[in-house]
Formats: sequence, C-alpha cells, structure tokens
Amino acid sequence: MAGLHQPGDTVLHRLPVGAKVLGLAVLSLAIVVVRDVRTAPAFLAVTLLLAALARVPVRSVWRAARGVLVVALVAGAFQWWWYGAGKAAETFLDLLSLGLAALSLTATTSVNEMVDALSRWARPLRFVGIDPERVALTVALTIGALPGTIAIARETRDAARARGLDRNPRAYLSPFVIRVVARAHESGDALHARGIGD
Amino acid sequence: MTSIHLDAAAVRVPLPGRGEREILAPTTLTLTEQRVAVIGANGSGKSTLARLLNGLVRPSSGRVTVDGKDVVRDGAAVRRLVGFCFTDPAAQLVMPTCVEDVELSLRRTVSGASARRERALAVLAANGLEEHAHDSVHSLSGGQRQLLALAGVLATEPRVVVADEPTTLLDRANTRRIGDALLGLTQQLVLVTHDLDLAARCDRVVVVDDARVVADGDPASSVDHYTRLVDSR
Repeated sequence: MAGLHQPGDTVLHRLPVGAKVLGLAVLSLAIVVVRDVRTAPAFLAVTLLLAALARVPVRSVWRAARGVLVVALVAGAFQWWWYGAGKAAETFLDLLSLGLAALSLTATTSVNEMVDALSRWARPLRFVGIDPERVALTVALTIGALPGTIAIARETRDAARARGLDRNPRAYLSPFVIRVVARAHESGDALHARGIGD
Repeated sequence: MTSIHLDAAAVRVPLPGRGEREILAPTTLTLTEQRVAVIGANGSGKSTLARLLNGLVRPSSGRVTVDGKDVVRDGAAVRRLVGFCFTDPAAQLVMPTCVEDVELSLRRTVSGASARRERALAVLAANGLEEHAHDSVHSLSGGQRQLLALAGVLATEPRVVVADEPTTLLDRANTRRIGDALLGLTQQLVLVTHDLDLAARCDRVVVVDDARVVADGDPASSVDHYTRLVDSR
C-alpha cells in the first residue's frame, strides 16, 4: 500500500505527520478490534472519505484497491468456508479499509517528511548508541525498495519464462534472491557515494 | 581545479585458496584537467580506478587523495567533494518520486523540509526534469533516469563528478543528451566510458588495459592507442 506521494494542500496534507500516523493507528486498531459485519461498510466509507478528502486520484485508489483486492478475496473465501458469509464480508471490507487508510497516509506524506518524523521519534535511541537518522532512513528505504523489488521479480519471472522454465520455482526464486541481494549492494554503494550515513 | 592524486594505488582481491588477484596494478596519476576520460575493455580495471576516487573501493596499497584529503582517512570529506554517477541509475534512485530522491541527497547539506523541497525542485528544473518532479522514478525512461541520477549527484554541489559508464544502457539520442550534460558541467569530470566519441571530447584520456594504465595523454593519441590495442587482438 506504499502509494506515491501526491502533493497538495488538503487538510490531510497540512496535518503533522505524527497526527496522521496516530490517526492511522487508531483507525486500523478500530477496524481490527470491532468485530461486526454492520460496522465494516462504515469503516470502508470513512476510509473512502479520507481518500476523497486527500484528493487521491481515482486511478491511485483503484491501483491500491486492486493490490489488496486479491488478498482480501482469498482471505474472504477462507472465512466463508470456515465461518460463513457474514465473517467473509467483514474480512473482505476490513482489509480494503486498511489498505485505503494506508494509502491516504502515503499519498499525503512524502517519504522525506516521514524520515524527518521517524528521525525525531527515534532520538531517544541515541542514548543506546543507535543513530536515529539511520533508523528512519532504513524504514524509508525499505518502503522505497518495494517497487524496485517488484520490478526485479517481474524481470526474473520473464527470464525464466523465456527459457521455458516458468513452472520451475528454483529457476525463478534463486536468481530473484541473488538479484535482490545484488541490487541491495548496489544501492548501498550508491547511498555511500552520496554520503548518506557518513 | 581540484587535484586528484593516485600514489601507487593498487587494488587486490582475495581468491579463496588461490592467493590474490590484482584488479588494479600500482597506479600513479595526477588528474587536474577539467574533463578526464578513462577508456578500456570490460574488466580492464577502469571502474575500479573510478571507484577509488571517492572511496567506494579502498586501495589495498598506496594512497588516493582529493585536494589533499585521503579517501580512506577522510572518507566523508572526500564524498562531499566527489559525486559518483553509476552505470545503472535504477540502483542509485532509491526514493519513490523524483523530487524525493533529490531531497535525499540534500539531507546532509540542507536543513528544513521546505528548504530541501525548494532546492530539489530547482535542481530538477535545472536538469529539465521539473515536469516529472512528482512522478515515480520507475515511470521514467532510461535517459530521464540517468539524468535524475545525475541531478541527485549535482544537488550536493560536488567539486568533482565521477561517472562510471553512464551512457552504456542508453540509446544514441540519450547518450548524446547525457554526454552533453556531463561535458557541460562546471565541475571537474572523470568519465569512464566505452563511447570513444565522448572520450575524444575530453581534455585527457587515460587507457586502462589488464589492470594497468597503458596510455595517458591527449584524446587523439590515447584513443588511437586504444583502437590499435583492440585491433591487435
């Protein structure tokens, strides 16, 4: 659900990062804790309203929803099998709501704002010898690495297919892991060259 | 002009059970020209030479200094002086959007989120990327990505830019675009390249072969030396 930052001047854009993260945590907790099929559509409506308030483009909402839709459908199907239609509908809607809530945060907060906030919050770690800037950067880079890792996964899958090995998991997984590790080394070199972490 | 000095700098890598392999023989060079090209075959040691210049690779013996600062002892100070552009910009671009990636470069030098944003947008505009400021770095073309990677380096205002085969993955039009951008820099440039036309536009060309500097001089004579070397094989 790591959507792209969409610059803007909405209420959500202007809110401090801490308030947004706290709001996301409270909302997510409420979605997970309140176990009632009647509240699930209400939570989905709230998260859709948040996305509209943040003026997240419909295309981004659809892309984010599509990403979580597969997981929600699979989870919902299992819930249907085990507990019935009510539980399945609740799980499906709750997962969509969680995804959209996360999207509203990432769309209105740039990664660098997040790094600044995390760096501030991690300041006490200095007393135990941990650099808060590094902690914040690690979190940000992990989020930032997701699209690149997905791209490597696609390329590796295509390479395996081109050799007629699309049904062989080893032909896909081994080079994928090796390429991700190699990319991590290259990115480390690039960050080092930019003086990040000096 | 910045002075880069290699004093018998050599790089060796251990080979398990087989001792060491020299990937750069002891090399002594002083680079003071505005634009220096390094050419040579794949695996000849030219990227190792480039990586020595900002401490990405440490010399196994000898010394490398930039304006008197040792790349090992004063690594952080040298990296402030020397920016590095990689062959594959995908490895260098680590933030989701263009403006955020340039902002990352500025974290060390510009304090305050709004000041960083303003500066990053100015850097993007200076490199013709302002309309892509909020686009995903993954949505850019190869040439735009390399240009963004270069913008991220230039944002820190280094005195030297080292570019390691920055046009290898690009088509002819983008090669020209990136080449023009690099050769037009006011900073000192050390350009590792296979593009002999680009090398010929530099002030000095160093030829590396089999881990050794085998020619070093004006572009015409060095490129000629390299061409004859390749033809003789």
